[in-house]
Amino acid sequence: MKPILEAIDVRKAYANHVALSGVSLEIPEGSIFGLLGPNGAGKTSLIRIITQITGADEGEIRFRGEKLNPSHIAQIGYLPEERGLYKKMKVGEQLLYLAQLRGLTKADATARIKQWLNRFEIKEWAGKNVEDLSKGMQQKVQFIATVLHDPKLIILDEPFSGFDPINANLIKDEILELRKQGATIIFSTHRMESVEEMCDNIALINRSRKVLDGPIELIRNQFKTNTYEVEGRGKLILAHPDFEVIEQKERENGHFYARVQLHDGVRPNDLLRYLIGAVEVESFREKIPSINEIFIRRVGETMPETLVEETA
Amino acid sequence: MASKFFLIAQREYLTRVRKKAFIVLTLAVPLLLAAFGFIIAKVASSDNDTTDVVEVRDDSGLNVASRLASTPQLRFEAATGTLAEAKKGFLKAKHDGLVYLPTGLDVEKPTGVQFFGKGNISLKKQLAVESALNKAFSELKMQKSGLTQDQLDRLRSKVDMQAVSLDETGKEANSNALATSGVSYALALAIYMFIFIYGVQIMRGVGEEKSSRIMEVMLSSVKPFDLMMGKIVGIAAVGLTQFLLWGVLSFGVSSVVLPLLTGKEKPKTEVAAGTAAPGAAATAADNDEPQSAGERFDKSMEAQKQQPVMTGRFKAFEALANLPLGTILFGFIAYFLGGYLLYGALFGAVGAAVDDQTDTQQFMFPITMPLILSYIVGVSVILRNPDGPVAFWMSMFPLTSPIAMVIRLPFGVPMWQLGLSVFLLILGFVGTVWVAARIYRVGVLMYGKKVTYKELGKWMFYKG
Repeated sequence: MKPILEAIDVRKAYANHVALSGVSLEIPEGSIFGLLGPNGAGKTSLIRIITQITGADEGEIRFRGEKLNPSHIAQIGYLPEERGLYKKMKVGEQLLYLAQLRGLTKADATARIKQWLNRFEIKEWAGKNVEDLSKGMQQKVQFIATVLHDPKLIILDEPFSGFDPINANLIKDEILELRKQGATIIFSTHRMESVEEMCDNIALINRSRKVLDGPIELIRNQFKTNTYEVEGRGKLILAHPDFEVIEQKERENGHFYARVQLHDGVRPNDLLRYLIGAVEVESFREKIPSINEIFIRRVGETMPETLVEETA
Repeated sequence: MASKFFLIAQREYLTRVRKKAFIVLTLAVPLLLAAFGFIIAKVASSDNDTTDVVEVRDDSGLNVASRLASTPQLRFEAATGTLAEAKKGFLKAKHDGLVYLPTGLDVEKPTGVQFFGKGNISLKKQLAVESALNKAFSELKMQKSGLTQDQLDRLRSKVDMQAVSLDETGKEANSNALATSGVSYALALAIYMFIFIYGVQIMRGVGEEKSSRIMEVMLSSVKPFDLMMGKIVGIAAVGLTQFLLWGVLSFGVSSVVLPLLTGKEKPKTEVAAGTAAPGAAATAADNDEPQSAGERFDKSMEAQKQQPVMTGRFKAFEALANLPLGTILFGFIAYFLGGYLLYGALFGAVGAAVDDQTDTQQFMFPITMPLILSYIVGVSVILRNPDGPVAFWMSMFPLTSPIAMVIRLPFGVPMWQLGLSVFLLILGFVGTVWVAARIYRVGVLMYGKKVTYKELGKWMFYKG
């Protein structure tokens, strides 16, 4: 699919550190894109360039093929990690204000606010001051403010960090719904497991550089290690010419769990055939690495000290 | 973009104007001012209206007592009985003092005159009695040297000096230093208060946006410069609204209060009616006030056997009318807006630079310093010498000129100085807005960092 957004060799440096050193990305239209990496990797810097809060020192961002410019603000929705609302303003007025700043007319904005408040079943809040709302309520309002102007590109920075589980689920459903309607979503997070299942594509960023990017299934397959998880009853021998048991855990009543890595050229059916003869198989599946594991493997090769603090 | 700027200014304006605090303050200040003015006027008039009665026991045989001239504020009466009786008598009669002129008083060297009063004797009273005695003795001396009473009467005179200011073309105008200073003072105070009150509001507003973490959402929609200027302009509109309402309400309230002061002779019912219907009272006050003031003035004139037709009040008005009103108005608006924009931008930058309102102090100081300084120096040095070197330099420097120059305006300022000063002010505010916008742009997204001046300096050179 055609990319809605392209970053081409984007560089950004601050007084005492480099935030982005030559990052290039393509974000396909209509996808959910995970921008992943530890804190301080440069994710927020990249997002602030995309949202035109700051500019890149070098490189270019293209929105649907055009060089990014202020006319694109109306097509982008942004929920920053540092998010808040005017405390002394009423919910309805606040949403109207933010929508108007994003280029909606007053009438248009009013109609959509009504629609969204109904959708979230919170229309009685419209006249309430933001400071009288609970944190969870404020999060809903913030989300509405982000998507109110029907943006084509929605950027969510650490979307679930502040949300309680119920709201997080609600937001997840809304995001999937928005994608169905054609919107593109960028998730930025350091908690990779929180968005893994939703993403179509990802990019891993570490220390101002892109480490890895592409469709999530492709990446996972690329990082497969020909390892299988086996559960059953009995006991596996540890050494075999075809495979190696990396890990074996004994459980009660003679059950076990094992991770088995096949040697080159050995197919899973060969292992299965052996297993059937040796033990009683209860489950057998390929171990597909999580993005977190891939990240640790990828980043750990170059700079192992980051794993401990950043991926915990 | 312009419409976003307008939206921001509009929000800043509406959220503030609708606040309870704004409404309460807008209503309370004129009432407080009026109450304050009422009390001062009451105290002042009661001071002027009472007549001190001083008894005189004259044992000198020089007939000094008959020469002591009474004024509306001080009346002399002959004491009865001996000195001892008189001392008790004036206290009993609730009179304010007793002058004792002893026997054998020498006209050339009058010593031994005593003044008895109840408790502490006020300096004002003492001086008034002394001056009456001095006059009486000089008359006695002059009579002794051969002048007749008739000649003496003709000698008595009261000089009524009128100050006339000449401009470069030689045109004469009534100059009233007091009225001119009053105008200067009022203009300077208005600008000073405005910058302070609303400048701090800008700072707080930015601080709130920062601490409520809405800044990043905002900045993804609008340029930081628009956000800052929208806030500054919106708050300026709040300030102008408040000042305008204060003006109108103060006028209204004083129209109600003034008749209470000047219309003392009027029946009480009328005053009550006036309070009930402020509109009617206002018109009534307009009609009555000059008249009753004139009456009072005439009375005092009569008492002093004086002749000038022109009343002091009229003279002050004429002097005001002779001020360069066009220049003052233009200058006031220019310095009011220029000064506010200049300081407003700086206050905004401070709000953006710090995380915590309590940290603002270290950055507030260098901003408020020139403002306070120009006000203090302004009402002391510049008001006294509006054409001196201090006045000149302070009215050129953009951080002090908004106050220093408006103080000079009513006294007349050469065109080239005014032009240069306005030009420098424009440069000044363009410069400060530029600096402030850069600090603002970086500062609003900077959290959890104690900011130093060195840091602020660096921000200036950050790339967009």
